[in-house]
Amino acid sequence: MGGSNMSGEHHREESFIKRYIFSTDHKVIGKQYLITGIVMAIFGGVLALFFRINLANPGFLSHEQYNAFVTLHGAIMFFWVAMPILLGGFGNVLIPLMIGARDMAFPTLNMMSYWTFFLSAVILILSMFVPGGAFSGGWTVYPPLSANPEVLIGAKWGANLFLLALAFEFASMLMGGVNFVTTVLTMRVRGLTFMRLPIFIWMEVIASLVFLFSVAPLIAGALMLLLDINLGTHFFRVEAGKAGDPILWQHLFWFFGHPEVYVILFPALGILAEVFTTYARRPIFSYKTFVYANIVAAILSFLVWAHHQFVAGINTISALGFSITTVLISVPFSMSLVVLGLTLAGGSIRFTPAFLFGLFAFLMFIIGGLTGLPLGAVASDIYFHDTYFVVAHFHYTVFTIAVLSSLAGIYHWFPKMFGRRINYTFGKWHAILTLVFYNGFAFPAFFLGLAGHPRRYYSALELGYLQKYQWIHELMTISTVLLLATQVVFIFVFFYSIFAGEKETEPNPWESTTLEWLAPSPPPHLNWGNFAPLVERGPYEYAKNGKDIDFIPQGRLVKLKGETAEK
Amino acid sequence: MKAEGVREVEIQEIQIGQEYEKVGIPFQKIGFWIFLAGEIVILGGIVASVILFRLSYPHWFEESVHTNATIAFINTLVLLTGSLTAVLSHQSAFSYNWGKAQLFLGLTALCGLVFVGLKFVEYSREIHHGFVPSRNVFWMSYYTTTGLHGLHVLAGTLIIFGVMLYIKKKKVPEAVENAALYWHFVDIVWLYIFPLFYLT
Repeated sequence: MGGSNMSGEHHREESFIKRYIFSTDHKVIGKQYLITGIVMAIFGGVLALFFRINLANPGFLSHEQYNAFVTLHGAIMFFWVAMPILLGGFGNVLIPLMIGARDMAFPTLNMMSYWTFFLSAVILILSMFVPGGAFSGGWTVYPPLSANPEVLIGAKWGANLFLLALAFEFASMLMGGVNFVTTVLTMRVRGLTFMRLPIFIWMEVIASLVFLFSVAPLIAGALMLLLDINLGTHFFRVEAGKAGDPILWQHLFWFFGHPEVYVILFPALGILAEVFTTYARRPIFSYKTFVYANIVAAILSFLVWAHHQFVAGINTISALGFSITTVLISVPFSMSLVVLGLTLAGGSIRFTPAFLFGLFAFLMFIIGGLTGLPLGAVASDIYFHDTYFVVAHFHYTVFTIAVLSSLAGIYHWFPKMFGRRINYTFGKWHAILTLVFYNGFAFPAFFLGLAGHPRRYYSALELGYLQKYQWIHELMTISTVLLLATQVVFIFVFFYSIFAGEKETEPNPWESTTLEWLAPSPPPHLNWGNFAPLVERGPYEYAKNGKDIDFIPQGRLVKLKGETAEK
Repeated sequence: MKAEGVREVEIQEIQIGQEYEKVGIPFQKIGFWIFLAGEIVILGGIVASVILFRLSYPHWFEESVHTNATIAFINTLVLLTGSLTAVLSHQSAFSYNWGKAQLFLGLTALCGLVFVGLKFVEYSREIHHGFVPSRNVFWMSYYTTTGLHGLHVLAGTLIIFGVMLYIKKKKVPEAVENAALYWHFVDIVWLYIFPLFYLT
């Protein structure tokens, strides 16, 4: 199956702008998302670098800059890095390919989704340069502080633009989500029943639905907050004579905010499932357990939000309830991790860069998950709340999801996306150095938290009992610098490899089973030319076929009869 | 499961149009229902928040007498009439009577414009009498909820108008169905808002 006879038919003469900028091709849109996400990651990383330097060496930034940088770092890494890469990027490139479709169900909506996202990123960056400065009220935007321009610098125009950027980002991801779910429901090729879908597809659909239902109340909340800032209403403001309710914001925010963590976790678990099965040459240990456990987790994720508010003054009975649901939700996620771990058992593992990143993500996520338990139990959370323990916990979960898993995905699908390779030796060093420096920065934070160091503080030197831990801050900053330096080299190699990497002509370099590996690398417009995939079995048929070939592809390409395929 | 050793005749070719799993529901319909589900949670979120404010605000009744229930009642009738014409348009579209479908959609869009116009009159009279959003809990809830709903009516009107032009060129009954669904959704939300602010 050479690339030429499949792509030759439809070589349409289109302008550069139509093909690469306002393209409706799902692969181009996916790459646009991926690259925008990487550019925003540089931006978010530089912000982190600046405030880490300030923590090691207080006085490097002004107090206002420090607050703004911490705020924007959190928001950018969540909404402009993790979501576009894991949902917009991998979702767009892989969903049609993995289900055998030629494009998304709504290609124009897909293009609008990307450009809405792009606009949101521009607005966010502009918000740093408005009168009054960037918004600095934390990525959780807690009122009454965030709604009060007299107290908080950047709470007027900075906050307005910040909320506007978030609104556009949500709109973009909602358009994408509608597209993802519709595409998977209606455009699977013959033989691809739901229980034969690659796990990554399941996870993208679950993530899209969780996002859809969780973000909506926050949109309502953001509208109320905007009115508070600009029209003098007091939904959340509590100054003299005003009867607002700041706790309501916390409910609306965390009703979205906690499921949001899972919105990026689900696709990451999906990537791990694909990567583990491919490189361990094993079928997934239990497909159904994995899928059902994550569906249960998705439902439970709507019932855990108030565990962020144990010290906010909520009712103690409901705090107990939320504590129980929080511990409950660790059960389905533990089941997923056990399935992933057992998939490796007895495998003949190929230590490629993608596998190393996947393995490290798996191991680090276990640390992240376990340290979530003391935060979910009311009694211990009262001590740990808002300390560096929380910072360490969520970097072990979210950094793992957004960076390690995404990198596993990038190394895994790079040949498919670009028809070229990233150098293997570089990839392995990249994985190992990332792991080391990441632990060098995140692990010491547990000890700062145990020592009672509150997070978001400008300097540890101003509090007597924290002065003796300043060396931990210095260690963390050095690790951050090295971690970012490693990623800068990676980003150079990534862009170099897109244009000048070693060519990968083999459509299935990793001997993987799912449908995307049947298409040429990179797949042409409309993916399959005059063929269509026909699915005959489940997605992970490894280690079943004797000695010579240890995998059976999920399907095969069948010639299309009749008029040439036209969408 | 087929027995070992027995091979079916391998499929070598597929007719175009047969290469996908049969779903039975048009994809436009699925996409629109998912979108609608999200919309329900947005407006549900704001109505739920307003109900929470109302429960803790003792002066709600004293404030709500200042709203104009007459205009709101006329507006209710306008929205319901729009729903009726939307249904008639849907019926015409599915019996391929495209001229009639367009006419009824036009009437629905007209209802939307009347609603927004009356709302505008209502707002300007209230603001004129000093009932501005920052006045108290009732008025801020009132303006936020009815304002967001008003924007949805406006969006619905634009959608209906767009579909009216669209079915001139492309005869897709699902487009009419989706537009009508959106109108009904906006209508139903109003049926919650009307008693919440005007009839208490």
